[in-house]
Amino acid sequence: MELSTISSNLLYGAFILYLIATFFFGGTIRTKGKEKASTRTGNIAITITIIGFLSQVGYFITRWIASHHAPVSNLFEFTTFFGMMLVLAFIVIYFIYRLNLLGLFTLPVALLVIAYASMFPREISPLIPALKTHWLYIHVTTAALGEAILAVSFAAGLIYLIKSVDQSKLNKKTFWLEFIIYALYATIGFIVITSVFRGIGYDSTFQIPSEMENAEPTKVEFTLPAITGPHNGELITNGAMQPIFNVPEWMSGDKAASKLNTFIWSLLTGLVLYGLTLLILRKRVAAAIQPYLTKVNPDLVDEVSYRAVAIGFPVFTLGALIFAMIWAQQAWNRFWGWDPKEVWALVTWLFYAVFLHLRLSQGWQGERSAWLAVIGFAIIMFNLIAVNLVIAGLHSYA
Amino acid sequence: MANKTNKKKKRLIFRSVMLTVMLAAVAFALYSNFTEDKKDILQVGDEAPNFKLKTINVEDKEALTLDHFEGKGVMLNFWADYCPPCKEEMPYMQQLYPEYKKKGVEILAVNLDQGELVVENFIDTHDLTFPIVQDKSGQVMELYDVGSLPATYFIGPDGEIEHKVIGALTLDKIEGYLQEITPES
Amino acid sequence: MKNITCECGHVNPEGTVLCEACGKPIEGNQHINGNQPNKLLNMRYDGSARRSQTYNKTFVDKIWNFFSSVKVGVWLIALTLIASAIGTIFPQEANNQSPLPANQYYEQNYGIAGKIYYQLGFHDLYGSWWYMLLVASIGISLVIASLDRFVPLYRALKKQKPKRHETFLTKQRLFGQADQATEEDKEALVQGLKKQRYKVYEQDGHILAEKGRFARWGPYVNHIGLIIFLIGTLLRFVPAMYIDESMWVREGETKQIPGTDRQYYIKNEDFFVETYDKDDPRYQEAIEEQGGTVVKNYQTNAVLYERTDEALPGSEPELKKIKEGAIQVNRPIKVDQFALYQTTYQLDEFKTMTFKIHEKSDEDEKELDTFTVDLVDPKPEYNLENGIRITVDNYFPEFEMQNGEPTSVSKYPKNPAFVFNIFTPDNPDKPEVSFVGIGANLDPSGENQYKVGLKDFETRDVTGLTITKDLTLPILGLGGLIFMIGVIQGMYWNHRRIWIHPREEGVWIAGHTNKNWFGIKRDLEKIVEGTNVPMVTDQNELKE
Repeated sequence: MELSTISSNLLYGAFILYLIATFFFGGTIRTKGKEKASTRTGNIAITITIIGFLSQVGYFITRWIASHHAPVSNLFEFTTFFGMMLVLAFIVIYFIYRLNLLGLFTLPVALLVIAYASMFPREISPLIPALKTHWLYIHVTTAALGEAILAVSFAAGLIYLIKSVDQSKLNKKTFWLEFIIYALYATIGFIVITSVFRGIGYDSTFQIPSEMENAEPTKVEFTLPAITGPHNGELITNGAMQPIFNVPEWMSGDKAASKLNTFIWSLLTGLVLYGLTLLILRKRVAAAIQPYLTKVNPDLVDEVSYRAVAIGFPVFTLGALIFAMIWAQQAWNRFWGWDPKEVWALVTWLFYAVFLHLRLSQGWQGERSAWLAVIGFAIIMFNLIAVNLVIAGLHSYA
Repeated sequence: MANKTNKKKKRLIFRSVMLTVMLAAVAFALYSNFTEDKKDILQVGDEAPNFKLKTINVEDKEALTLDHFEGKGVMLNFWADYCPPCKEEMPYMQQLYPEYKKKGVEILAVNLDQGELVVENFIDTHDLTFPIVQDKSGQVMELYDVGSLPATYFIGPDGEIEHKVIGALTLDKIEGYLQEITPES
Repeated sequence: MKNITCECGHVNPEGTVLCEACGKPIEGNQHINGNQPNKLLNMRYDGSARRSQTYNKTFVDKIWNFFSSVKVGVWLIALTLIASAIGTIFPQEANNQSPLPANQYYEQNYGIAGKIYYQLGFHDLYGSWWYMLLVASIGISLVIASLDRFVPLYRALKKQKPKRHETFLTKQRLFGQADQATEEDKEALVQGLKKQRYKVYEQDGHILAEKGRFARWGPYVNHIGLIIFLIGTLLRFVPAMYIDESMWVREGETKQIPGTDRQYYIKNEDFFVETYDKDDPRYQEAIEEQGGTVVKNYQTNAVLYERTDEALPGSEPELKKIKEGAIQVNRPIKVDQFALYQTTYQLDEFKTMTFKIHEKSDEDEKELDTFTVDLVDPKPEYNLENGIRITVDNYFPEFEMQNGEPTSVSKYPKNPAFVFNIFTPDNPDKPEVSFVGIGANLDPSGENQYKVGLKDFETRDVTGLTITKDLTLPILGLGGLIFMIGVIQGMYWNHRRIWIHPREEGVWIAGHTNKNWFGIKRDLEKIVEGTNVPMVTDQNELKE
């Protein structure tokens, strides 16, 4: 078997193991009053998680050997690595606090991240000259680890919020909490809808007349039925869906319409999935989870959330700012260039600086701190997804 | 009580000094940021830096230096064959040259082309008699911050830059500037 | 200034919330930290007197106090954060790589939103005066807020006494009463504390055990790091500290390196671009996906020289070779304080052209002779076999027709064209005129006997380098290093204190940590193990 195939299988195995571990972590809250049984289930769960993690490390090493460079050089590889670091950060924090519930919330996030990653091109790609340096590994891995630790803070914050937000009536808090949950559903939506149409082999092509005279028209491929088409685009695939509307002119770039289209599909699929869940539960998702969290000690969850920020912030600073600056100085002779990705790393850093100051000297603890942890994660995800796909600068992997 | 007043005073001085230093630093940063484009550029009033370039149409000299014309007014013109407005003002310069040479004003044209051929061709067709030197490597061009062509410096007899003109000149304008840099006899 | 004498005898500065020595809440100052009679004590800055809270007389004091406030600091960071994010909505002017001027670019590409963006000055957000002012304010806030807090906190931790006021102890988050505890138990506790690597202080039977106090200085250390970093960025505005220039060098050409004051010269021996092998099975798929070519390497082989004479600018310098090597992306070459980076390139600029001459009427175009013209510095005359003499009447390095006139738009041979005069032995005085360029070959008279045609050409590449000197880098590096030391010190260690207070019967135990309560509780669990002392209670949890 080829090394790259082994590598893919190991990643697949890790994914399945994380999934199984999630169910075991779920099992720890079901065993009412049986402390021992709960501890045993927890032990099984963390063991499976560790095996999964080792399997993913195996994926990482084999892919490194196969590609001749550390597999952190495109969106698929980086996002997968981020998922791996998320699991690592969880394992470390699990052994400090022994909080089973954290697994139930962190592992699904890691699963989503890895599944999301696999929607991007997975071929082993060669390194362009700008990426050919050890700083690629050093910067990217440290930054991913820092972000992953900060993401654990999000998982803990989410537990805190689901436990403590009053679900008896609909208000701003319950709305935003549902919004966060819906955002997770939309990510699932993206994965589901992309996989479905990829499975069918759907493809429609648009032709856009070039602005320059006599030039060939540009062709744009859509892998999802076009809800929105390119500006001035003309559908040339027979039998494919006609777009309902075309994107405005300012959305330039050949892929802008296709990206917006995927985004709309993800939101819609997420909405359908979320709607189905609501129909089954007959109450808000957070309200449905809340009763299972009665045993949770909110102070402990709050501390885990804060502790994750305290551990993650220095790592993030080192990886996403300091190492990034050293590399930028070496590759582009300026340590800082106000590239969107750089700016959003700075925004993330400033945000967590605010978080720490508010907590340390303004006494923002508990619920307020949990909301901040959630917003922080949203900023990290924005930087990971939106900045790469929408704003795009030097860091545009895709 | 004296001790306390003293302490208060000390505190006020400390705070004032700290704030002044920091505000000065901020003012410096803001000022530098907005004058960044202008620094290092030769200004009117500066001494014209010396240089040495190979001549093209001077029979008896291989190379010319700027200080060779010490005590004279110098019109230092940067031009190139690929620059049409440069070539337009050349005849005007030639027209005024004999008269002002007598009055103690030199015209020195620095060519920026790479080969000598095009320059020689141009000199021949326009019968230029003022000295023309060539700056193949662009060193003098850089020294004088020449960006777009033509660019002309009018240097007084004391070696100071009196005027810097970017863009083509008319006959009247050249004459006006030449008068200004004519040494008093 | 009113000093406050506590009942324990310690004299505290004005504005103290908790007595520096015994921790007794000082009446009338509890509002400063928001303490309430029936709640736990707020332990921030250990209740020390932050000066900003007290002196507010003069204008200078008012400015000082404004910057000293953490609330103000947080607002400044938040505003910078929001502003920075806004700057990424559309590309910044410096990064947009469009030939259009900014006042057209934003409106044309992004419509009305782009126009507003431009008019608000967001197209150059990070260089705008107000953004710089925001960052500067953060810097000032860092200095002042740190000074105002560090000094009193240092005092409070230095002056603290093991003997604590009972109110202080009962209002700690971790508090326990052990009425049955004996002297042996107390001794066991002390031993336990020492085993957990606490430093134990005693005063009249009162115990203070402390560890990780240095973690409290972490924030101040990291603020110092940030301040040094900001000073470093400020120094970039000093011209001698920072140089950023760029240059083009053609293959075979030796040029002075700009910004080095004519001291250093560089010769471009060779420039090349390498691509990955399309058929390499490893990357085959990805290369196909990316359009067939993926660049592997951009490289300039360069020789560096230093000038050894004091020659005037313009004259040929005497050069001494000092270094030879490759410049690649990510691998700049360094000389003295300067670094040369591979930034851009142009392939295949013409270097020489070889022409052949043949009789116009000859259909086979049998060449009579050839001659080669150096396109940088063409010779004016070429003597060929069989007595033909060719002179260059005119040369256009980058040829273009403008208003019906042949002209050159630059001095670089990007589209060379020639007007040749052909003197034949039969007709030595009246030359034939021939115009030859790329894809153009004209005979203006229409009566030429000979024809000059392009036979071959040589090209060369041009490398684009950037030259920088940045003496602020060590300062920035130092700032970054100190910042990292500071955050690690403050985040990965915590300051834990445990007090043992002897009572008529048994002891009271209280504990405080600046973070990681879970950790101090574990310490306490180990310490009370095997004694009659019950585990302390977390009074925070009780209120739930």
